[in-house]
Amino acid sequence: MKKILALLLAALMVVGMLAGCGSSKTEAPKDAETKAPEAVAEAPAEGSAPALKIGLTGPLTGGASEYGLAVRGGMEIAVAEINAKGGLQIEFKAEDDEADGSDKAVSAYNSLKDWGMQILAGAVTTGSALAIAAETVNDQIFMLTPSASAVDVAMTGPNVYQMCFTDPNQGASAAELMAQKWPDATIGVIYDSSDAYSTGIVDGFLSKAAELSLNVAVDNAAFTADNKADLSTQVTQCKDAGCDIVFLPFYYTEASQVLTYANTIGYAPTFFGCDGMDGILAVEGFDTSLAEGLVLMTPFDANATDDATVSFVEQFKANNDGKVPNQFAADGYDVIYALYNACVAAGIDGSTPAADACAMLQEQFAGMTVDGLTGKGMTWDGNGMISKAPAAVVVTDGIYVPLA
Amino acid sequence: MRIFQYLINGISIGSVYAIIALGYTMVYGIAKMLNFAHGDIIMVGAYISFCVTNYLGLPAWASVLAAMAVCTVLGILIEGLAYKPLRGTPSLAVLITAIGVSYFLQNAAQLIWTSSPKNFTSVVTMKPISLFDGQIVITGEVLLTVGVSILVMVGLTLFTSKTRTGKAMRAVSEDRAAAQLMGINVNRTISTTFAIGSALAAVAGVLLCSTVPTLMPTTGSMPGIRAFTAAVFGGIGSIPGAMLGGILLGIIETFSKAYLSTQFSDAIVFSVLIIILLVKPAGLLGKQVQEKV
Repeated sequence: MKKILALLLAALMVVGMLAGCGSSKTEAPKDAETKAPEAVAEAPAEGSAPALKIGLTGPLTGGASEYGLAVRGGMEIAVAEINAKGGLQIEFKAEDDEADGSDKAVSAYNSLKDWGMQILAGAVTTGSALAIAAETVNDQIFMLTPSASAVDVAMTGPNVYQMCFTDPNQGASAAELMAQKWPDATIGVIYDSSDAYSTGIVDGFLSKAAELSLNVAVDNAAFTADNKADLSTQVTQCKDAGCDIVFLPFYYTEASQVLTYANTIGYAPTFFGCDGMDGILAVEGFDTSLAEGLVLMTPFDANATDDATVSFVEQFKANNDGKVPNQFAADGYDVIYALYNACVAAGIDGSTPAADACAMLQEQFAGMTVDGLTGKGMTWDGNGMISKAPAAVVVTDGIYVPLA
Repeated sequence: MRIFQYLINGISIGSVYAIIALGYTMVYGIAKMLNFAHGDIIMVGAYISFCVTNYLGLPAWASVLAAMAVCTVLGILIEGLAYKPLRGTPSLAVLITAIGVSYFLQNAAQLIWTSSPKNFTSVVTMKPISLFDGQIVITGEVLLTVGVSILVMVGLTLFTSKTRTGKAMRAVSEDRAAAQLMGINVNRTISTTFAIGSALAAVAGVLLCSTVPTLMPTTGSMPGIRAFTAAVFGGIGSIPGAMLGGILLGIIETFSKAYLSTQFSDAIVFSVLIIILLVKPAGLLGKQVQEKV
């Protein structure tokens, strides 16, 4: 009996291997076919220059895949638009790192290098970005991360740039905004002490708040990844301290708990979130009336009516079963355009070695101004950190409205 | 006044731990294995309930029944496919398999329901009771969770002491070989245990997500581990122990967050646990079994 089973299994494996061979064989010519006409179409415009190879590492599966898939979706739109224009062509490839900063990020990066990547448009999450930023310094590959916001990422090397705010900068601008809008408010802070994003914002926020002498009554209501299942104590602390504003610098996943619990106990301060709060209205089953009056800082508003945003949102919805893009998608889109503009200006194409492109891009980014979905007139400082105007919205009748 | 609100918060999360711990302790007590996938069955139960209410538009009680039915079948399937073939092998092999099942369930949930969080609508429609001008608020979820966990505890105790199947379970727990010699179908008894444990997990999932609305494929894992701690704390294998352990763990956790430090609350909770286990190694209500050599 066992022998028969073993034989069966072996037979299955052989069939599987054959099937594998078959599909790869049929795929190969298809690939060649689709590439050939492209090359022909390109030839007159660019003098047969090969396409520029841009790679992305990010979580395409796993718990953080929401972010990785959004970034990839945004980048794919930008690549398609650019390639349709003619001129410099982009070949884009995304590798999955499961937001695992240890080995998976580096192996995703290595497989992109094997593919011939010239510019890295990743990573999506801070942990993974830190793991591969050091590698890009050694390999002299230019890196522009859409969403890894820790200061340490940009400080790794001169070739590492960010499209998003650094965490402390975001915290500081939140404090400035509060000082401007609600100078006399009593403020409570709930944050995730096990998360670099959240602690980074809180650090920047508290030091700026002290500078502006804001009244921060609760600054130690922390939770960790292990005990975030119950945030009722932290909310009760803010309620007891009489806070009018509760600052929630963490992801929307936990924020819905805070809003729900506050509503149950009849506590209604102004809740104030950061860009990680973006997405809360799209959570399935979430009662958006709980988020009424919620203020959040987000560089991208999918309800904005300018042409660029409208066409981006439409295209993204068409590609992703009607899903509304979040700021990660917009960051991804802007990253590709920033790289494209810089490459065109510097004359980089698919034949430029990665190390040369890296040096040329650093020079370009130093003096470049970019208008994108996530801000107008964006510039970068010498460390690779972005400077753009912070924007805040307030949830009104279930949609974002710019904060007046 | 504030202390009572924290006490209620503690009992609220503690009774959720208690009901999860009851499932853990039941399976451990009878099958003598740690079912690390228990937390993930909770998650599946919560998702089923979510789907039934949100996609099929059925009332809350129907969704709980559906979740219990699906989880019972799932529990029997897991036991039959993953644990039964390993009966008689070292317990470490079963433990590793349980961890594997846990990962399998999480990843399967990610494929089916994606990793983006869903917001669970509470099954309780009761308005919260507000005392002393809103200084103390008791939510319907707290009352329901405490009620259900007491009911389940009493029910399980009666079941294991009075019914034939329950007695067979205790016999299997005491001495598997002897029970088999007495004509008890050990395999069926263990399957029944898993079925009951998984049905409890479904109820726990609905109550957990009614208290804490965020539903993700990893929702069950951390509360599962805490409930396991609670079960050990109360004395693993003891049904009232699981209940007591869960509620105490919730209260200690909330008080250390409120009065000592939110950042170190876990360290405090687990230090208390270590101290208690040093004094009473079998847990609060666990029986010290004399090993005869």
